[in-house]
Amino acid sequence: MWTFFHKLASPPHFYDISARFIPWFAVLGLLLIGYGTVAGLFFAPADYQQGDAFRIIYVHVPAAYLSMMAYSIMAVSAAIGLIWRMKLAHAVAAGAAPLGAWFTFLALATGSIWGRPMWGTWWEWGDPRLTSELIMLFLYFGYMALRAAIDDTTKADKASAVLALVGAVNIPIIHFSVEWWSSLHQGPTLVREGGPAIEPAMLYPLLAMIFGFTFFFGALLLARVRTEVLSREHRARWVRNMMMGESA
Amino acid sequence: MSAANRPTLVAGLVAILRRDLLLAFKRPGDVLNPLFFFAIVSTLFPLAIGPAPEQLVAIGPGVVWVAALLAMLISMNGMFLGDFEDGSLDQLILSPQPLPLLALGKTITHWLVSGLPLVLVSPLIAVTYQMPFDTIGVMMATLSLGTISLSLLGSVGAALTVGLNRGSALLSLLVLPLAMPILIFGARTVALAASNDVVSAGIYFLAAYCVLGLSLAPFATAAALRISNE
Repeated sequence: MWTFFHKLASPPHFYDISARFIPWFAVLGLLLIGYGTVAGLFFAPADYQQGDAFRIIYVHVPAAYLSMMAYSIMAVSAAIGLIWRMKLAHAVAAGAAPLGAWFTFLALATGSIWGRPMWGTWWEWGDPRLTSELIMLFLYFGYMALRAAIDDTTKADKASAVLALVGAVNIPIIHFSVEWWSSLHQGPTLVREGGPAIEPAMLYPLLAMIFGFTFFFGALLLARVRTEVLSREHRARWVRNMMMGESA
Repeated sequence: MSAANRPTLVAGLVAILRRDLLLAFKRPGDVLNPLFFFAIVSTLFPLAIGPAPEQLVAIGPGVVWVAALLAMLISMNGMFLGDFEDGSLDQLILSPQPLPLLALGKTITHWLVSGLPLVLVSPLIAVTYQMPFDTIGVMMATLSLGTISLSLLGSVGAALTVGLNRGSALLSLLVLPLAMPILIFGARTVALAASNDVVSAGIYFLAAYCVLGLSLAPFATAAALRISNE
């Protein structure tokens, strides 16, 4: 079991293993997303209050969940990279950041599209989750900007890892403070917590979408890390051997 | 050096505080420019929005806080720049004193030079926004705690960006999202004070954030300095 993880840390081995995982993740992701889309858009009953507008949650909720998931992956692998000086972990952090930023953007965009018919406005400062998601997007921007500003890869890895960890300490504080702020700001809240329990016909497509998005994210992340590994190791013998072997 | 005649931790901290304060007093422009910036930014808002007193009262706490945050941000960039350029940073990293302690010393100086003057000048600006006298006290309390936290956050950001040419804009991008809780609690607490509401929650939060920053930020700053100075 442990040797599996030890081997995984070596770039050539990771490169081999990940090639085998990507198709599985991609197929599982596509199947689940396909089922979730069809079931969610056509078969799930319309919400008695929101009508068909609620169907955007089938994209919104998985995207919002993955925006946080990607940050956790980034922060944990940054910590692993800093503590155990594992290069592959830094590559994972580097690969997770742009994906996380896109999912954050997707969550914000779908949230504001949903807000238009529901709240009558594209943007509602009073909703704490929207605001903290926006700050999350800025955190991703800062992380990617720092990484882009440093030419030396090793240095960029370490510096951005420190930033990711400082951000990880701050995220709960940001969520809490934004909630405190909006609770003062607003009288009646537009979004009711809880509400009526979600119906199974609505729930199963949502679960399928969440898992489908996760597998899709996993496939993308592995693909990104593979290219990241290749570009970092482009001088290594195994990369040269592999490229020569494939072209011959 | 034997353990007996190695300088104590306090001696190291005092030495760096003395040196940095002396350097700051030799270049008063570095201290004064953020202060002028603070005053000018606060002047922009009435000019842009209009002089109606009830509006100014409503935006006053927010304006003072945003202006203070931006003024702190301007001064952050230089926190380690001089030491990086003239090689003192190498000496600090090599010194037998623990680097987090020295980083804390530099952060304290930064606050004394850039944060404290803002707190002292802020009543002047608050008065022009018709802030009541009791509120000014709360505002100075939140600004003191908040600027300490900002100096600490800024020390991490400045240490991460110190060797980079594109430092200043990048630094804002790194520090501003992290600074939002401080802004939220600072500005909202002053606004609550203005409407005679309970302010203790906000002040406790800012104090807690400050303590958290004091205990964690020096270590992150030291790690970042080592990385930037490789």
